[in-house]
Amino acid sequence: MAGVNTFEVLSPGIMSTVQDLGRFGCARYGVAPSGALDGYAVRVGNLLVGNDENAAVVEITLMGLRVTALRDVVVAVTGGDLQPRKGGERLTMWRSHLVREGETITFAGPSSGLRSYIAVAGGIHVPSVMGSRSTNLASGFGGFEGRVLRKGDVLAADSAADGVRLAGKSIEPEVVPVYASPWRLRVVWGPQDDHFSEEGRQCFVTAAFTVSPDSDRTGIRLKGPTVARQPGVEESIISEGIVSGAIQVPGDGQPIIILGETASGGYRKIATVISADLPRLGQITPGDTVSFEAVSMDTAVQALREMESKLDQLRRRLK
Amino acid sequence: MGDDRLGFRAMGDRSLLVELGETISPEVNCRVQQLMLRLQQARLPGVREFAPGYRSLLVVFDPLAISPAVLKTRITEVAVQPGSSGLPQAKLITVPVFYGGNYGPDLEWVSGHLGISTAEVIRFHTETVYRVYMIGFTPGYPYMGELPEALAIPRRSTPRTRVPKGSVGIAQRQTGIYPVASPGGWQIIGWTPIELFDPDRQLPSLLEMGDQVKFDAVRQVEI
Repeated sequence: MAGVNTFEVLSPGIMSTVQDLGRFGCARYGVAPSGALDGYAVRVGNLLVGNDENAAVVEITLMGLRVTALRDVVVAVTGGDLQPRKGGERLTMWRSHLVREGETITFAGPSSGLRSYIAVAGGIHVPSVMGSRSTNLASGFGGFEGRVLRKGDVLAADSAADGVRLAGKSIEPEVVPVYASPWRLRVVWGPQDDHFSEEGRQCFVTAAFTVSPDSDRTGIRLKGPTVARQPGVEESIISEGIVSGAIQVPGDGQPIIILGETASGGYRKIATVISADLPRLGQITPGDTVSFEAVSMDTAVQALREMESKLDQLRRRLK
Repeated sequence: MGDDRLGFRAMGDRSLLVELGETISPEVNCRVQQLMLRLQQARLPGVREFAPGYRSLLVVFDPLAISPAVLKTRITEVAVQPGSSGLPQAKLITVPVFYGGNYGPDLEWVSGHLGISTAEVIRFHTETVYRVYMIGFTPGYPYMGELPEALAIPRRSTPRTRVPKGSVGIAQRQTGIYPVASPGGWQIIGWTPIELFDPDRQLPSLLEMGDQVKFDAVRQVEI
């Protein structure tokens, strides 16, 4: 489909990028998935505007994005509540809206969560690179010209045939996630939990960690008591592949939850966040409190099944 | 595949780390490569991608399509089934390098630390054919080894926040090339104009696991 100019960026804010659900299948070339960090919000946003769940969206971090519509277009804003407004009015999140040509959408800053998403009927029109429209910031490709958005950028969307019909759709409050600190994240142990001492493992599942301000799209850095290794175990391991949600513990014993910009690593991973809790990682904000709960593999898979069945129901209802 | 000891470690509910040895060695790394090729051919349902490392293969899958326990069994079956253990012919790529000066700001320090001349550092670095063990860190970044014993050197005590694209570095018994400007802690001894990664190419990474690399000093600008 052809792209039609849809939004002009008046102000890019702290960091706004074009993302889909990620670039998979390229780890052997050292290419990390990138992608929207709250995949659940993106999937729901896309369903609300009649898109494929993997359509490209704009990810807004923290605050400051201002865009003006260059044509009438249907959008949905999902994810963290960065207080979106359309013109002077509050824009209700998790609902599709018609935005008229000339109207401006702004994001004042978080009242909950860290990242918001604008899904646009038709999807943001950027080239697919290595199978994805996500922005790879490390190497500067994908997304919008391989970079964060800047003032003056014009975003095109694939023209949806019957856009206006899509406005006014919403979802039940029960399926809107609650983004609030303290965060309790479910993990399964490993892959290298046996490299940590019994005290280290106990500390990991009992401590309340604070999210450090130097967290970014590569990882959520935590501060708290030292998660100790077994005596005699060295700081680093031979480099190996990694997935987002893996929690590595470098020499200083302060855990880092890996996000989507890393394909390999050389630190020990004590545990890994379960798939059903991954979308919440995108909303964890510096200063928040995080603790971990170890669950069985069966519990993890069951939680994922429940999340997918919730999305199935939404998909059927919003069709 | 000859030696079929496999170790399994779950990395969450959607990836499985398959370990094929404990050390950095061409033999172990070849087994990783063989297992990946076999699994690619086996096309197990629910398997989404492979991330090969020095001594392990990370298999990423959809746990709603295949259970971790079943996947483990299937991987073991694929690994032990008789058949060719052949690998595709490795590419040999010669990488031209400008050593020292602004191109290799750590060459002097490396030479001093090792107690050999800069010319000897260059000679040692260029006389070995290296194996690409894995691609990681940033897109297209080749981890290569094994560096001659005489060049074994610690990482920089303070990593650089920005290492220029094309920088050739060494650390411990490894050597690598930075495909894009990035932070980095390796000792930078040279620079190459070679384009290691291009997302628009059919094969985006110039080098792949198992390839062979030889460095060639660009004589005319030797410093």
